[in-house]
Amino acid sequence: MLTFLLRRFLSSALVLLVVSFVIYLLLDAAMDYYYDLRTSTSPNIAALYESRTRLLNLDTPVIVRYFLWLGGVGGCLIGSCDLGTAWQSGQEVTSMLPGAIGNTIKLVTAATIVSIVLGIGVGMISAIRQYTGFDYFITFVSFLLYSLPVFWVAVLLKQYGAIRFNNFLGDPAVGWTPIIVLTVFAGLFWMAALGGTAKRRLITFLVAAAATFATIYYILATGWFQSPSVGIVGVAVTGLAAAIVVVFLSTGLKNRRSLFSGLTVAVLGIALYIPLQWLFYYVPMNWFLVLGLAVVTVLVGLGVGLAFGGPDKWASARTGAIIAVIISVVVFFDRVFQEWGAYNRHPAINGRPVATIGASTPNIEGSFWFLNLDTFTHLLLPSIALILISFATYTRYTRGSMLEVMNQDYIRTARAKGLGERTVIMRHALRNALLPLASIIPVDIITLIGGAVITETIFGWNGMGKMFIDAMNRNELEPVMAYILITGILAMVANLVADFLYAVLDPRIRVQA
Amino acid sequence: MSTPLNTHDTPEAHGDGENSSIELKETEGLSQSAIVWRKFIRHTGAIVGFTVLGLVALLAFTSQGVGPIPGWWIHGHQASNPVINPSGAPTWTLANPFEPGPHPFGQDDIGRDNFARVMKGTQISIMVMLIIGAISMVIGTVVGALAGFYRGWLDAALMRITDGFIILPTIVVGAILGKLVSNSNAVMLGVALGAILWTGLARLVRGEFLALREREFVDSARVAGASDFRIMFKHMLPNALGVVIVNTTLLMSQAIVLETALSFLGFGIRSPEVSLGALINEYQTAFSTRPWLFWWPGLFIIVIALCINFIGDGLRDANDPRQKKIPSQRQMDRAAKREAEAPAAGGIRGDAATHPNTAEPGPRPTEE
Repeated sequence: MLTFLLRRFLSSALVLLVVSFVIYLLLDAAMDYYYDLRTSTSPNIAALYESRTRLLNLDTPVIVRYFLWLGGVGGCLIGSCDLGTAWQSGQEVTSMLPGAIGNTIKLVTAATIVSIVLGIGVGMISAIRQYTGFDYFITFVSFLLYSLPVFWVAVLLKQYGAIRFNNFLGDPAVGWTPIIVLTVFAGLFWMAALGGTAKRRLITFLVAAAATFATIYYILATGWFQSPSVGIVGVAVTGLAAAIVVVFLSTGLKNRRSLFSGLTVAVLGIALYIPLQWLFYYVPMNWFLVLGLAVVTVLVGLGVGLAFGGPDKWASARTGAIIAVIISVVVFFDRVFQEWGAYNRHPAINGRPVATIGASTPNIEGSFWFLNLDTFTHLLLPSIALILISFATYTRYTRGSMLEVMNQDYIRTARAKGLGERTVIMRHALRNALLPLASIIPVDIITLIGGAVITETIFGWNGMGKMFIDAMNRNELEPVMAYILITGILAMVANLVADFLYAVLDPRIRVQA
Repeated sequence: MSTPLNTHDTPEAHGDGENSSIELKETEGLSQSAIVWRKFIRHTGAIVGFTVLGLVALLAFTSQGVGPIPGWWIHGHQASNPVINPSGAPTWTLANPFEPGPHPFGQDDIGRDNFARVMKGTQISIMVMLIIGAISMVIGTVVGALAGFYRGWLDAALMRITDGFIILPTIVVGAILGKLVSNSNAVMLGVALGAILWTGLARLVRGEFLALREREFVDSARVAGASDFRIMFKHMLPNALGVVIVNTTLLMSQAIVLETALSFLGFGIRSPEVSLGALINEYQTAFSTRPWLFWWPGLFIIVIALCINFIGDGLRDANDPRQKKIPSQRQMDRAAKREAEAPAAGGIRGDAATHPNTAEPGPRPTEE
C-alpha cells in the first residue's frame, strides 16, 4: 500500500511540474505586460517601456524565468518561500495567500458539508422511490441545477436573496397565497418522499402540511424575523425530534436501549442549556474552546450509549454521539443568533443583515459570537450558489450507486432472511452505495474550488478564485502561478486520498504495489 | 420528466404492431443500432429536448441569418433604434401575447433590440458549443483509442497527459486559454476550449478499447491482414460508438456552461461580439432597471443546457443493454386489473406472465 501511494505521489508530482511549466509558458504568452503603455501618449514612452521590461525581467528568456520562479518555489521546502511579487500592487504573493486560502476554505467547507448531507439524503430517497413522481421531480430538478449558469443564479440571489429579502425583513408581511402554496408543496413533498399506502400518504400529507403551516404562522405571528432565536423550547423540540429520527434510522425504534439512550442524551442537552448560557456569558469563546466542547459532547453521547449496555452497546453509543452532535450544533447556532438584535441595529448593518459583498463587514468589532454571525450572513448567499451545483452532483451519484446496489443479490438475501426494510436500506444498501462516493468527494471538492472562481468574483469574496481573476485582469503572472500551484497540489492530495479511501474501504480493490 | 403512463390504454398495447415493447423485438433479430434508435425515440425527455433544441437553433439561425445570408428579423444585433417603451421595456407582454411588437424582448439603454442580441448570442454560443464538442470528441477518441489499443508506454504517457489536464479546474485553464486567444474570434475560442475538455472522454474510450481489444473479432481482423489503424477505427470504434456519442453530448452541456461562464468573466467572447454569457456580463448591473436584458439570455442558456442533458440521458439509456424496463408494482397491478376486466384478451395472459412488458409498453425514462 505504501509503495503504491509513494509511486502515485511521485508520478503526480512530476505531472504537476510539467503542468506548471506549460501553464507558465501559456500565461507568459497571454499576459500583456505593457497594456497600460499602449495607449499612453507620454513623451518618455520608450523609457517607460524599458523600465517595465527591467522591472519584470522580460529580457530573460521565458524558460529561464520559469526556472527562476521554480527556484523560489523550491525554497518553500527549506522554509524560505518566494512566490514572486504582484507587480502592479507590489505585494508579495506569499503575503496575499494566507488570507485568500482561509477565505476559500471557509466558503467551500460550509457548501461541501451541506451539499453532501442533502445530496445523499435526497439521492437515497429518490433511488428507493424509483419511477415515482418524487423520483422524476428530483431528476428534473437535478438536471435543471446542472444546467444553471452559476453567475446568473448569483446575480439573482443578490437581487432576491439579499436586496429584496432585506426589504422584507424590514417589514415582514406575507400574503395568503405564498403561505398556502408553500404549505401544499411541503405536504406533497413529504408525501411523495415517504410514500406508502394511500392512507399513509394522506396522513403524511396532512401532518406535513399542518406542521409547515404552524411553523409559518408562528414565525409571522410572533415577529420571529425581528429577533430570530431558537430558545430553550426550540432546543427541546429539535433535540427530541433529532433523537427519535436518528434512532429510527440507525437502529430502529424497537431497540429500546438505543431509544432510551437517545432520549437521555436529548434530555441531558436540554438540561445543560441554561448552564451553557452562563458559561458562554462568563468565558470568552474561541474556536479551540468550541472544538473542546464538541469533543466533550461526543464523549458524553458515547458514554450514555455505553451506559445502557446490552449486546450491541456500540450501536447505542454511536446513536447517542450523533444526537449529541446535532443538539450541540443547535445550541451553537442558538447562541450565535442571540446576537441578532445587536447585529441588526449596528450602524454598519443598519437593518440590512444579508450581505452581498465581501467575507466580513469592514472594521466591525464584537465578541466571538457577534463576529460569527457577521461571517454567517456573508457566507449565506455564496454558499447557496455553490450548494445548488454540487447538490445536483451528489444526488445523481447517490441515486445511481444506490440503484445499482439495490439490484445486488445480497440485498435480496437480506430481504429473504426477513430483515426489515430499514435495516436492509440503512445497513446493507446505503453503506455499500456510499463507497464510490468516498472516491468522488475529494475530486468534487476540487471542482467546487474551481466553481468558487465565479462565485467569489461576483460576491467580492477575497479568496483564491478572486485572486486568480484579479491577477488575470491586471496581467500579473505570479499570483496566477501561485493559484495554479496550490490548486494543483490540492488536486494531487485529493486524488491520493480518494485512491487511498477506496482501497481501504472496498476490500474488492487490490492495489498493485 | 413527463408522465410515463401516457400510452397504456391504447389497444395496440397488447402485443401487436409497431407499438409493442422493444425488449420483445430483440428476439426478432433487430440490429444493435435499430434497438438503440427505437429505445431513444421512446425516451420522452430526450425527444422533447431534441425538439426544443432544434426549434431554438432554428429560431436563432434564421432570425439573424448566417454570415452573408440575412435573417428574417428586422433589427440587427448592433443597430440602435428609437426606444419605444419607457426605458425600453419589452413590447411583448403577457396581456397581449399574440402581438410581439417591434422589440419583443425589450431594448437596452442605447436602443439596441434585445431579441436580435439574444438570438445572435444564442447562435454564437451554439456554434462554440458544437466546435468544442467536435474537437473534444476527435481528440478524446483518438487519445483513448491509441492508449487502450497499444497499452504499454504509449498508454502511460497519454494517461499522464490526461492527468495533467484533470489536475486543474477547467474554468482556470479555460480562462488562461481564453485570454490567450482573446484577440481572435469565436471559432478560436471553441478550438481552445475543445483542447481541454476531452479528458473524460479519453479515459472512457480507453477503458472501452482495453476491453474490446481482447475480443475475437479483433484477432480475426488481424489474421485477415488488417492494419492497426483499420482495426482501431473500422472494427473497434463502431463498438465503442455508444460511449463516444453519449459522453460527447453530456460534454456539450458542460461546454455551453463553460463558454458562457468564461464570457461572463471576460475571458471568452468579448464585446462587440455577443454570446449569451457576454450579454449577461454586459447587463448584470442593469438588473434592477432593465431586468429583461438579464432574464432572456439566462433563460436561453438554461433551455439549451437542459435540452442537451435530456438528450444525453436518453442516449445513455438507449445505449445501456442492461436496461430492461421493469414495470413498477403499480403498473403491474393496473395491467392485471385491465386484463381481468377484458377477458377477450386472455390469449396473451400467459405471454404477459413471462414478459410483463407486453402489457406495458409505455416509454419509461430511466437513469443510470
